[in-house]
Amino acid sequence: MTDMSVKSSDYAVTRPRPKIFRNLSSKFAAIPMMFVALVVFVGCTLWSLMFSFTNAVSLPPAVHLFPPDFSAYVSHFIGFRGYEQLFAQDKWSVSVHNIFAYGICALTGEFLLGFLLAVFIDQKIRFEDGFRTIFLYPFALSGIVTGLVWEWMLNPAFGLEKSMHDLGLTWFSFDWVANRDMVIYAVAIAGVWQGTGLVMALMLAGLRGIDDDIWKASRVDGIPKWRTYLFIVIPMMRPVFITSLVLVAANIVRTFDIVVAMTGGGPGYQSYLPANYVYEKLSTALGQSLAASATMMVFVIIIVAPWAFYEFGRKRT
Amino acid sequence: MSMSATLASGPSGPKPKRAFDPVRIGIYAVLVVASMYFLVPLYVMVVTSLKDVAEIRLGNVFSLPAHPTFDPWIKAWSTACTGLYCEGLSPGFWKSVYITIPSVVISVIVGSLNGYSLANWRFKGSETLFTILLIGNFLPYQVLIYPLARLTSNMCLPGTDLCLYSTIYCVIFIHTVFGMPLLTLLFRNYFASLPNELFKAARIDGAGFWRIFFQIMLPMSLPIFVVAIILQVTGIWNDFLFGVIFAGQPNYPMTVQLNNIVNSIQGVREYNVDMAATILTAAVPLIVYFVSGRLFVRGIAAGAVKG
Repeated sequence: MTDMSVKSSDYAVTRPRPKIFRNLSSKFAAIPMMFVALVVFVGCTLWSLMFSFTNAVSLPPAVHLFPPDFSAYVSHFIGFRGYEQLFAQDKWSVSVHNIFAYGICALTGEFLLGFLLAVFIDQKIRFEDGFRTIFLYPFALSGIVTGLVWEWMLNPAFGLEKSMHDLGLTWFSFDWVANRDMVIYAVAIAGVWQGTGLVMALMLAGLRGIDDDIWKASRVDGIPKWRTYLFIVIPMMRPVFITSLVLVAANIVRTFDIVVAMTGGGPGYQSYLPANYVYEKLSTALGQSLAASATMMVFVIIIVAPWAFYEFGRKRT
Repeated sequence: MSMSATLASGPSGPKPKRAFDPVRIGIYAVLVVASMYFLVPLYVMVVTSLKDVAEIRLGNVFSLPAHPTFDPWIKAWSTACTGLYCEGLSPGFWKSVYITIPSVVISVIVGSLNGYSLANWRFKGSETLFTILLIGNFLPYQVLIYPLARLTSNMCLPGTDLCLYSTIYCVIFIHTVFGMPLLTLLFRNYFASLPNELFKAARIDGAGFWRIFFQIMLPMSLPIFVVAIILQVTGIWNDFLFGVIFAGQPNYPMTVQLNNIVNSIQGVREYNVDMAATILTAAVPLIVYFVSGRLFVRGIAAGAVKG
């Protein structure tokens, strides 16, 4: 009997508090995170998607949630016609074409160069820190700085072309910055210059993570070094390649300021990228701008989704 | 001990080398050529900024200045025009300082608290929040800028016309928002890697959320704070898009000022002033980079570390 009474009084004292108060400080500290995750990343993305189906010009149609009033939105709603109009525009087609041209060049360039440099640095060389510092410093610079320097270097009137002509090599021609068809590749040269260091650093970390025994085994078997890299090391580094790919590709889709500084989008609009298009149309054709940004998001989803699937799929097993 | 070490490195130990090993020379040659691709722009920037206009028009981009002069630097800093004003880059420099310092401090505090919450004090839904942040990290900023501009122009002090949009506080807010995913990831991974026994011992001794954070976690995580600060200082200093949209014209940061000086000058472009301005803008992140060395690498590699 006495036992029972003790137990019940005990129970009264330690009755669990409501669940919401558990870890209260942690929840309190995480308020900014909740705001950013829910309001900014989820809320603003949905907002953009919602108004990308309207023909808004500079202000979105007013929508009131309390009390619910979507009449203005409905009267502006044009469904996918906005997207059709977007893709009918030459400027947007050029931007999309450019992001693929730029993306493929920058990605291939950065990966080839980044991986090769990492392999060379990994050969127990002298001045390793020096070389690494040189390859990575452009990554610390802004796209504006990168764009301006390369514009100056590649400018046919003053830069590389003129210097070569001064040396007597009058046949030399390199006018990509001013050439309508080649300008995006000139931007890619600058992009590779800025982005290779990151790939190199990630690859180097990956190479250093390869077990030394692998190298010993391949040496014992008499496999040439280049074959060891190609058939053993690279397959082992697949996770590094995939994460680098996702990082670099997501950055490429966002590329904006290199173009602003290097070409201003020109000549004409031949070096526009989607990000530049979205920015330009914000104040004049909001619906189009949002449709364009939503399309950019689709690009990113195409890049990131397989990776996320791969990551989460692997974690579960 | 020494015996096994010798054995382990046996076959790969120092073998007698010829003075000129062609493979080694090839490796160094490739590295040197690659270094030139990376260094030439920096060299051209410096050389051009020290020339006068006449020499630029006549001479070669790669040649050394015949009569080195610092006038372009002075002009870039204090009198170059951005179309409307002729105050040079200096106002932009100070605006960048006023934007960068509070943004870095706030975003690092918020990021470290997030990481600590996620690593040590999980609550219902915390992992979902983290996943949203990670995915948000890959979103193109362009999807979010217009809604954020609307949102911040509706964040006003009650009863006044003072709103967040187009103020220096707005860029700081935006940098805090967009710095959050990476910083949260960085700190979460770091705190999760600390021995859990320390945390448990502190809990048994009766320390709570804040006390453990300030007395146990903070003193042990100085390196990761340095990494986070380096990452944020260079990232925020180099930002262009958020500055041009959210800061408002009087608060344009240095990158925006630089672009305006270079790309809105009427008449003859003064490339020497442009390049001097470019170097001045690049100076802060470059100094941070060269001083911090390996910590910078650790910061950028953090983005590749999985959650």
